[in-house]
Amino acid sequence: MIAEHPVIQVLIPLLGAPLCVLAARGVFAYWVALACSLASLFVATRLLTSVMATGPIVYELGGWAAPWGIEYRIGPLNSFVLLLVALLGALVMLAAKKSVDSEIPRERRHFFYAAMMLCQTGLLGITITGDAFNVFVFLEIAALSSYILIAMGHQRRALYASYQYLIMGTIGSTFILISIGLLYQMTGTLNMADLAARLPAVGDTRTVLISFAFFMVGVSLKMALFPLHMWLPNAYTYAPSAVSAFLAATATKVAVYVMIRFLFSIYGPAFAFEKIDVSQILGALALVGIVLMSAAAIFQTNVKRLLAYSSVAQIGYIVLGISFANVNGLTGGIVHLFNHGLMKGGLFLTVAAVVYRVGSSDLNAFRGLGRSMPITMFLFVLGGLGMIGVPLTVGFISKWYLILAAIETGHWLAVALVLLSSLLAVIYVWRVVEFAYFQPRDRSSDPVGEAPLSMLVPTAILVLATIVFGVSTEWTVGVARAAAVFLLGGHS
Amino acid sequence: MTHEMTLLVAPLVPLIGAALVGLTGRSPNLRETVSVVTGLVLLALVAPLAPAVMNGARPEATVLEVLPGLPIAFALEPLGMVFALVASGLWIVTTLYAIGYMRAHDEPSQTRFYVCFALAISASVGIAFAANLFTLFIFYEALTLSTYPLVTHSRTAEAMRSGRVYLGVLLTTSISFLLLAVIWTWFLTGTLDFTPGGILAGKAGPMTIGILLALFAFGTGKAALMPFHKWLPAAMVAPTPVSALLHAVAVVKAGVFTVMKVIVYIFGLDLLTETGANEWLIYVSSGTIVLASLIAMTKDNLKARLAYSTISQLSYIVLGAALATQAAMIGGSMHIAMHAFGKITLFFCAGAIYVATHKKNISDMEGLGRAMPLTFAAFFIGSLSVIGLPPLGGMWSKWFLVLGAADAGRMIPIVVLMVSSLLNVAYLLPIPLRAFFRAPKGLAAGETLKYAEAPAFCLVPLCVTALGCVVLFFYADTIYRLLEGMG
Repeated sequence: MIAEHPVIQVLIPLLGAPLCVLAARGVFAYWVALACSLASLFVATRLLTSVMATGPIVYELGGWAAPWGIEYRIGPLNSFVLLLVALLGALVMLAAKKSVDSEIPRERRHFFYAAMMLCQTGLLGITITGDAFNVFVFLEIAALSSYILIAMGHQRRALYASYQYLIMGTIGSTFILISIGLLYQMTGTLNMADLAARLPAVGDTRTVLISFAFFMVGVSLKMALFPLHMWLPNAYTYAPSAVSAFLAATATKVAVYVMIRFLFSIYGPAFAFEKIDVSQILGALALVGIVLMSAAAIFQTNVKRLLAYSSVAQIGYIVLGISFANVNGLTGGIVHLFNHGLMKGGLFLTVAAVVYRVGSSDLNAFRGLGRSMPITMFLFVLGGLGMIGVPLTVGFISKWYLILAAIETGHWLAVALVLLSSLLAVIYVWRVVEFAYFQPRDRSSDPVGEAPLSMLVPTAILVLATIVFGVSTEWTVGVARAAAVFLLGGHS
Repeated sequence: MTHEMTLLVAPLVPLIGAALVGLTGRSPNLRETVSVVTGLVLLALVAPLAPAVMNGARPEATVLEVLPGLPIAFALEPLGMVFALVASGLWIVTTLYAIGYMRAHDEPSQTRFYVCFALAISASVGIAFAANLFTLFIFYEALTLSTYPLVTHSRTAEAMRSGRVYLGVLLTTSISFLLLAVIWTWFLTGTLDFTPGGILAGKAGPMTIGILLALFAFGTGKAALMPFHKWLPAAMVAPTPVSALLHAVAVVKAGVFTVMKVIVYIFGLDLLTETGANEWLIYVSSGTIVLASLIAMTKDNLKARLAYSTISQLSYIVLGAALATQAAMIGGSMHIAMHAFGKITLFFCAGAIYVATHKKNISDMEGLGRAMPLTFAAFFIGSLSVIGLPPLGGMWSKWFLVLGAADAGRMIPIVVLMVSSLLNVAYLLPIPLRAFFRAPKGLAAGETLKYAEAPAFCLVPLCVTALGCVVLFFYADTIYRLLEGMG
């Protein structure tokens, strides 16, 4: 059975989407989506345990062997990302019902769930496939469905946000497609393993260089690397709360995964880091992004937007880790990819709960919530401590590896800026804390109750996970390290 | 129970206590009983370790490995023993005092107060027992965060602003300097274990050693070395029991404990004297001693004056570490205990005066001695101990510090210590003297003060700690023999 798991992983949400539409207007659409998400989480868990136990899994789609058919290839890195996507998909779906009921009109809800399913399909597909063109296909599935999801936000500005993302996202995908086309032209293959084998022979040609440039710009747009992040704050702010939570935790992370995969297992570290020395520019952009975007987060008056800017900064952390191109840096980057997914997912879910109860994610809406929504706000504080990188949270673990890698490579500016951005994180997290705990609620406003259990439980699971994996890192750091060593060519 | 087991259980006791306090919040009497019992259990666990440590036992226990080679682990040595004893012993007294203070004031959210208090003590014990820098850093940050709700207890705009300074300074220093120093040390040596003789010798040049020492000394914001001292006066916005235990004992002592521990067990005294990296720290701590004393003289608010006095006294301990001689190290470490008893007495008195009369300013306290003789007598004893006069404990630590400075062949610290004692006399003694010998302000002839002593729950603890100052004078020898095993 495990042999068929790779394709099942993608098929479940793919088939779930039309089922949601068929379920039409009843509440069934939700339950179909939830069942598919949970099933998909189950499969992802099985895949990861199998990969960690017996090594990489190769699956030939439709029985067609590699150069002709599409190959799914699952190693430590992508099984880790698969789990992140499936886990967040399932937990967000668990929490989503009430939030979606309050934010999406009844007649559109089944479309909403169908789009969520397609988005999961796309993200899982990108992660699982071993075929460069297939990456593009799934990238488009994920992107198109997220344009729809964002446009469903209840403010009209959601349309503008979605349009902005549509333009930027399309440019990104097109660039990636051009890059893949150029690679195909030079090597005659689309299979990643084959590409890696044939590229060194033609690595000196201008075509490959150009394909690399197109790829880097395209993927940077997709993952909102500073300064190509313009679409992200609006998209996360105006999307329905459940969508913000899911996309913030997974979409950009999957794009980062694509970058890691292309850099290390297609172009190869020798080409990307020695010949082109992409670390210079990646590191510089990451650092500027980390500081500027953390600073920008401080000045936001909408908590969703604040978290969105913080996300752009955190993408910087991951990219910084990658740019070191050594085991500690890459381990830090990969583990932060997972850790940040957990933290941001948890934080956006607490905001979803606030939006559900208070009806706004404005900072002013948080006044007095420390008293009226004590559990939600406590979870927010815990998640926020993770963003700061307080010890015993996942944020600390990522930061430890990043700083260690920066000291190792003698990159003292990076050390200073990473530490500085932790301090900026203190400020933007504490702004919310002060509103929630020190500002009284307006007397005129209606009393607010604690979030419903269906939202609290998944949020609590995510937030507690950020603490569990901050204390017991054997599993997360273990997998990330294995992936880092593998990507760097097996020697540490 | 084996000593190893005790190491694992002791930090858990206040944690469990915190949970129980939270659960019994509805019934204040039961809740306070839980707090006191937790304190007694903790002391009963910690105290029996002392004789063993004095006989050379060094129990160790590992909780779990967070990252490869970086476990949360506990190991006991004399310095940690002293700190753990002081923190857990004074916690009981403070709990009793807090009951009197908080109830007399009818403070809101008392359950949260006691929960956070217990969490802070758990963190302090964790710091005292930490076997490596990694563990110490974890509990250090936990202490900062668990005391934040205590500092901002009143939830007023002033509390919020003070909370910003508190968290701002402590997190800024610990994240930007201390964490960097920890990771750097790990990078250089591949270990973070506290090892007698230090771990850095031969691993880094004098330049790096100097930078690391600066990162550690300033990174430990809780040691309140100038210019990172502002958080301590800011923290005075908290209820007095918090100022007494946390900002005269647990939090600030956790800071100087960290500095001392790092200098003795990470750098090693020999390495410091060889490289001369400690030179500047002697001057910075000396400067802090004098400057903070001078600022204290200008403060009319009693708690603010005590806060600056604390800043000055903390630097005694940093100076003891920086001098890097055996006697200075012991003197500094001893000062952790001696200053704790003296300063907590003074804060208890300040709180008792506030409870009984609602007076915060020293200028308003003239003549109060007749209404509150026990409180001001205790204040007098506490002052003498902080000044360092016999027959009070504070004398011994100062004695060994001066001895240590002489061993190091340095004149300036000796002068600084003497000047500081005089300044202490100048800003502390007038308070009880005026209370006793001046007539109350604005009182018509024949009228008497309407004030009386604070409730017994406040009064008894401050008498106990004042007595403690006297007892410590006679038992200083025991502490000395315990601390001799350091390094």
